[in-house]
Amino acid sequence: MSAMQPIVSIQDLHKSFGNVEVLKGVAMDVPKGAVVCIIGPSGSGKSTLLRCINGLVPFDRGSIRVGTFDVQTLRTDPQRIALRKVVSMVFQQYNLFPHKTALQNVMMAPIHVLKEDKAEVHSRALALLEKVGLSAKADVYPGELSGGQQQRVAIARSLAMHPDVMLFDEITAALDPETVKEVLNTIRELAQDGMTCILVTHEMRFARELADTVYFTDGGVIVESGPPAELFDRPRMERTRAFLSQIL
Amino acid sequence: MSRPLRWNQALPGGTDLPVLLPAAARLARSAQSERTSGQFMLRLRAEHGVALFVLFLIACGAAQAQGGAGSPSILETIWKWTPLLLRGFLFNLAISVTAMLIGTLAGLFLGFAQISLLYPVRKGAWLTTHFFRNAPWLVLLFYCMFLLPFQVTVFGVTIPIPDWVKATFGLALPVMANVSEILRGAVQSIPTAQWESSASLAFTRRQTMWRIILPQCIKRMLPPWMNLYAILTMATVLTSIVGVAEVMTLTGRVLSAENRQGLLLPFYSYVLLLFFLYCYPIARWTVRLEAKYAVER
Repeated sequence: MSAMQPIVSIQDLHKSFGNVEVLKGVAMDVPKGAVVCIIGPSGSGKSTLLRCINGLVPFDRGSIRVGTFDVQTLRTDPQRIALRKVVSMVFQQYNLFPHKTALQNVMMAPIHVLKEDKAEVHSRALALLEKVGLSAKADVYPGELSGGQQQRVAIARSLAMHPDVMLFDEITAALDPETVKEVLNTIRELAQDGMTCILVTHEMRFARELADTVYFTDGGVIVESGPPAELFDRPRMERTRAFLSQIL
Repeated sequence: MSRPLRWNQALPGGTDLPVLLPAAARLARSAQSERTSGQFMLRLRAEHGVALFVLFLIACGAAQAQGGAGSPSILETIWKWTPLLLRGFLFNLAISVTAMLIGTLAGLFLGFAQISLLYPVRKGAWLTTHFFRNAPWLVLLFYCMFLLPFQVTVFGVTIPIPDWVKATFGLALPVMANVSEILRGAVQSIPTAQWESSASLAFTRRQTMWRIILPQCIKRMLPPWMNLYAILTMATVLTSIVGVAEVMTLTGRVLSAENRQGLLLPFYSYVLLLFFLYCYPIARWTVRLEAKYAVER
């Protein structure tokens, strides 16, 4: 273990929806600048885990520490909002604001939430759209963009908040194979820039190439974790082997 | 997690089961808007106007034949009274615009209360909305006529409240309830994902509401709101029952002044035509906006 304090630290996380326990004691440490991929079958609680990290979903037991925030102690909206300024999330269905152009989508949160200077935000938003390869689409509404383009705008929109940690919830699951690549390239650049990324993904090749650590979850627990070379090539657990043989 | 489908849920795409498809996208759309607005959509077409006009001409012809030779032409009689009838009709429109204004302002307020996070506020607004939405308009009108005072005294100044003002309030009540429901329906029709992504960008609830949710709601609210206005305009004739001198009341007076056989049908067809001419453009515009927004959505 390095001496560096992990930026996200999860201990014994439990979460139930009604009678269904979806997380049964999850633990995970994510160092700053690391890329972590969470893989596993549907319904294994991956998305819920991400939603717990930025306080979208309250959890029952355990602790999550993100930077200086202890998520389980955040009771009020202003406290949760402070956390979400640090942790940004990108969704499977993009969830862009349909009544705003791509550029406005990127600019809204910095202007209204961070209260930053409009002109400064404008130039930064343009730079971010340039970064995700969409400067030509700045004034286009989400409805006229392809899925891959919308997802890249969504990434730019999250980046505009200068987060310390980015959460990606199956962001390529709704895309066709060709556009998956353009989105993954964007993430690759982010990782190279040193952004801490936690991805829930089904893109095994991508996880193998980019992740520092891969977590395999099933039935609400982490079955196995390790560097991708180990987890993919020499899985220790029978359940992991079964899952990987299904999808590789 | 798969739950059994309910009768009103769509099958997931790509099924090979035999399914009953909606008759047409247009029907599905109108059903949707009728669900959200809770009102029937006024679907007036140009043919309806032509039919009304033909009915009017036939009524005139029949009355002319009944009157026999020597009696003045029916059309001339109608033309003679038209300035008076139009004045009455303008009064209807004034009542409808005022009632719509008051009803919309109160309804938006009530609608926001319906989506409040505070349970008592939400519940109270819900009760108020549904009470006024489900009460017969005429009953509400009578309530206002007889419960509101005929004058109020403010700082020693006595202000009379004429009947038509009371009637306008009476009509504003159901409008308020319907606008409240239109707002609530529109807010709830915005996908929860919009709330989630706003929250993830650290927007407060208030910011999310005003900057993300409501701007998207306006488009969804406009067609049912315009439709409500057309319905209200037609309902203004109810005020004739409580004695307001609007077009129906005036028509009745004209008929008794003329005191001639067979004028009933031509005159009331004429009034019907007036309402059609006013409501038709509104109805057409509503349908067009609806179609436009359905595509953009």
